[in-house]
Amino acid sequence: MELYEYTVHELVEKLEKREVTSEEITRSYFNRIKEKDPEVKAYVSTLEEEAMKKAKQVDEDRKTGKQVSKFAGIPIGIKDNMCITGTKTTCSSKMLENFVAPYNATVIENLNKQDLVYLGKLNMDEFAMGSSTEHSAFFKTHNPWDLARVPGGSSGGSAAAVAADLAPWTLGSDTGGSIRQPASLCGIVGLKPTYGLVSRYGLVAFASSLDQIGPLTKDVTDSAMLLNLIAGHDDKDSTSIDMEKKDYTKSLINDVKGMKIGLPKEYIGEGVNEEVRNAVLAVAKKYEEMGAIVEECSLDVGKYSTAVYYIIACAEASSNLGRFDGIRYGYRTEKFDNLKDIYKNSRSEGFGPEVKRRIILGTYVLSSGYYDAYYKKAQKVRTVIKNSFNKLFEKYDILLSPTSPTTAFKIGEKSNNPVEMYLADSCTVPVNIGGLPAISMPCALDSKGLPIGLQLIGKAFDEEKIFRAAYTYEQNTNFRENKPQ
Amino acid sequence: MTISKDEINHIAKLASLNLSEEEIERYTVDMQEILQLANTINNVNTDGMNETIGSNEKSNVLRKDEVIEFGNIELLLSNAPSKDEGMFRIPKVIN
Amino acid sequence: MSRDDYEVVIGLEVHCELSTKTKIFCSCSTEFGGEPNSHCCPICMAMPGALPVLNEKVVEYAVKAGLATNCSIEKNSKNDRKNYFYPDTPKAYQISQFDKPLCYEGYVTIETEDGEKQIRIERIHIEEDAGKLNHDEYGRGTFIDLNRAGVPLIEVVSKPDMRNSQEVEAYMRKLKSIFEYIGISDCKMEQGSLRADVNVSVRKRGEKEFGTRTEMKNMNSFRNIVRAIDYEAERQIEEIEKGNKIAQESLRWDEISGRTFSMRDKEDAQDYRYFPEPDLVAIRLSDEYIEKIKKQLPELPESRKKRYKEQYELTEKAANFVTSSKYYSDLFEEAIKICNNPKTTGNLIMSDIARILNEREEEPNCIKFTGKELGELVTLIDKGKISSAIAKKVLEELFNEVKMPSKIIEEKGWIQISDEESIKQVVLKILENNSQSVLDYKAGKDRALGFLVGQAMKETKGKANPQMLNKMFLEELNK
Repeated sequence: MELYEYTVHELVEKLEKREVTSEEITRSYFNRIKEKDPEVKAYVSTLEEEAMKKAKQVDEDRKTGKQVSKFAGIPIGIKDNMCITGTKTTCSSKMLENFVAPYNATVIENLNKQDLVYLGKLNMDEFAMGSSTEHSAFFKTHNPWDLARVPGGSSGGSAAAVAADLAPWTLGSDTGGSIRQPASLCGIVGLKPTYGLVSRYGLVAFASSLDQIGPLTKDVTDSAMLLNLIAGHDDKDSTSIDMEKKDYTKSLINDVKGMKIGLPKEYIGEGVNEEVRNAVLAVAKKYEEMGAIVEECSLDVGKYSTAVYYIIACAEASSNLGRFDGIRYGYRTEKFDNLKDIYKNSRSEGFGPEVKRRIILGTYVLSSGYYDAYYKKAQKVRTVIKNSFNKLFEKYDILLSPTSPTTAFKIGEKSNNPVEMYLADSCTVPVNIGGLPAISMPCALDSKGLPIGLQLIGKAFDEEKIFRAAYTYEQNTNFRENKPQ
Repeated sequence: MTISKDEINHIAKLASLNLSEEEIERYTVDMQEILQLANTINNVNTDGMNETIGSNEKSNVLRKDEVIEFGNIELLLSNAPSKDEGMFRIPKVIN
Repeated sequence: MSRDDYEVVIGLEVHCELSTKTKIFCSCSTEFGGEPNSHCCPICMAMPGALPVLNEKVVEYAVKAGLATNCSIEKNSKNDRKNYFYPDTPKAYQISQFDKPLCYEGYVTIETEDGEKQIRIERIHIEEDAGKLNHDEYGRGTFIDLNRAGVPLIEVVSKPDMRNSQEVEAYMRKLKSIFEYIGISDCKMEQGSLRADVNVSVRKRGEKEFGTRTEMKNMNSFRNIVRAIDYEAERQIEEIEKGNKIAQESLRWDEISGRTFSMRDKEDAQDYRYFPEPDLVAIRLSDEYIEKIKKQLPELPESRKKRYKEQYELTEKAANFVTSSKYYSDLFEEAIKICNNPKTTGNLIMSDIARILNEREEEPNCIKFTGKELGELVTLIDKGKISSAIAKKVLEELFNEVKMPSKIIEEKGWIQISDEESIKQVVLKILENNSQSVLDYKAGKDRALGFLVGQAMKETKGKANPQMLNKMFLEELNK
């Protein structure tokens, strides 16, 4: 077995036992990247020189008996919308193609404290707007299970990298499903933490009230470990929750007896692919076998989530993306005589079509005469959706649904129809609307050999129950025996 | 609910975007479809509901009034497409 | 119709920079000046991914401003984004407050020719200042300095309650005075830390509806505000008299030509697309918090004025003047602790100090000496060490360099001549040289005495004790 095939908790064990060095692990990944990334195209940029230097230094520290974190020297890949001082942070946009971040995101500061090694920055839909990574301004990322298919998005690079062993784990961001949907399409584990659990400082904003950073990993144990490293209060993010730090690995308990699981019927009904539906029903059955109580329930207003999501997310995005004006950083047009030209031409040339489409929608719903009908109304419906979730969590510990209504679709299949693409998020967006935590983990392969993901949704700040349920399922099934070719 | 090209043009102006004829054409059609989806929210009864503001119920997150200077102007200016004398440079703006 | 048939209606949006140490949403210093962009960080430079965190002092200061201007305090407030593209606004939105300002529905009282008048305040909200655009004289472009970007402001929006430029000046001065008293701003108009957008309209007397208003932005001197309003009101009346309509627009006041001009580049109707700032959380203020701030408020001018009249027996005029500025009032209180002579202290402030400031074109906050120096000065007068003529000269000196007055008079040799022998010699010399005046006096012309005393003062460069001179001349003349 190659080093790049191990999970992080396995690598940590090997490092602790001195069976392997960080340099060897890191080298193994860069060799794998050179071999495999030309066809997967997960990375926008790699940081080989810095990474090897860091790995050697950690090995030296370990050798000389210096106190180091058990994660010291473990490599990681970062979605290219998180700032690392001195490295390019492009958001897969022509607008930021040459932008070198002048500061570290808080998650990066946290990982630095543990001496993790950055392999590189991962491809994404431009400014995290998309569900297929086809909207990257640079190139499309391919699904390791079938290179003709999309890896999902927007964290498509982060998911594909883990699935293809191009990184042991990665960070992604999730605004409407951008961690979970690609995790599902790539057959890996992706967690969207509760809004406010992980600092957003240094994450290039798409939609401020929905964005959350989270881990993409090979298994549930790694997910809990990486969440441990990045979760926690941050003074720099006003929306970050000030609560006692938890050790999520303590929730990795192989037991769901008595756990109450709700199965919202709307997510196994119309619009969901039959193979996906059957797979999720099989999961429900499995949970019952393991001692959980599974009940069908209803989240009727959930069907409005996609509409609410696009109104709110685009409104916030239209404002968040105003700062990209070609003045202080980023792309500046060559065609200008005056300031107005700089604004208009830089933005028109620097942003791709999907970003512009969403800026237009967002500007429209906030504009005079439409604000009440769209933005204000959407925020009210958001309250209704949140209330419905709260009601369900009075009764259930967690909710079970598919992550995506379909398995990975072909590159180009949906890229011409925005609404069809938006509906690919219909199972994941309600979670962001509610600010809730949810995990996606693989549960089966469809008839084409493509992974199907299940989604477990918890109530706010109850990641523990999600981990426990996910871990129990993982321990009693064997999806990890499947690997992309 | 229909949206005209003129409206798209007006919105593009507000958003400081310069759209080609072709883009206006396409976005007008796209917006029509997207707004049709968006309009479905009118089916939800929201009488007496408050708007959600932010994603959680936190309040009063306040910072102490203590100076911490970033201290690296060079780094902050390093990405500027045009700069001079420690400032960002743009074509002359008539005030 | 004549000019008198029209009524001018004025409302103000006053922007006041708060004197916090740091900016409103980041920890950069608010210090004025400094190298361009030296007080900046990823947050106030709007780097991708940077997030704002609200400065607690900004909330405290705004609530103070509200309480001191009789406002209600919003217990469930929030921040909103105001979206527009302009190079002094790096995020392309200003974080401000839209429908839930921290303070609302207050008033201040001003003095007018017809007595006291209340000017209602609609709201006070917090927001961030913009950066500075420097225009290059060689035409190489515009240069952006973001040191001021993110400096906290309160915006005080009045109701359209003012009817002439004098009322506007009185209102502005009153706000300035209150903000100085409660210590939330240095109110330096010359540095732009207090400035106003002035809305002017006119209507025929007796009409209920307001006329169409024009707005003059960023006015930062009392003189220009008064001139601009007077000009603009006349212009509007003339237009209406000619049968023209007033266009609702932003105008620029040009102080050199003394005229207003239309700002053409703002022709596009703005649509600011306000929405709640999702990067910040709600501001919820408890009754206890508001009570606590209320208790911290210092004694305000109205109350001081009353006390000065009752306790120190100052005249209405003197009490009014001394309390018109925190700097005068503090100087007064500190000085009388030393000299125990409120009347002379008040008069020195009202006449001499005010005159000197006026000559220097300075505001009371520019006074560098304190009550310690002024108190000693009054004591010196009371003890007969110096005359009031010398006191004026000492004050002039104090404006140039802060020193104890006793030291100044010693160094300058301005100590009053009060010993009998010296005075007698001067008197005898003057009498000898002015025999005609002596004859005049003896012939019954009392005015001659004044002339002789004046000559003696001239001879002693104002240092002779005037009472003693008077007395001794009379003695000699009546011998």
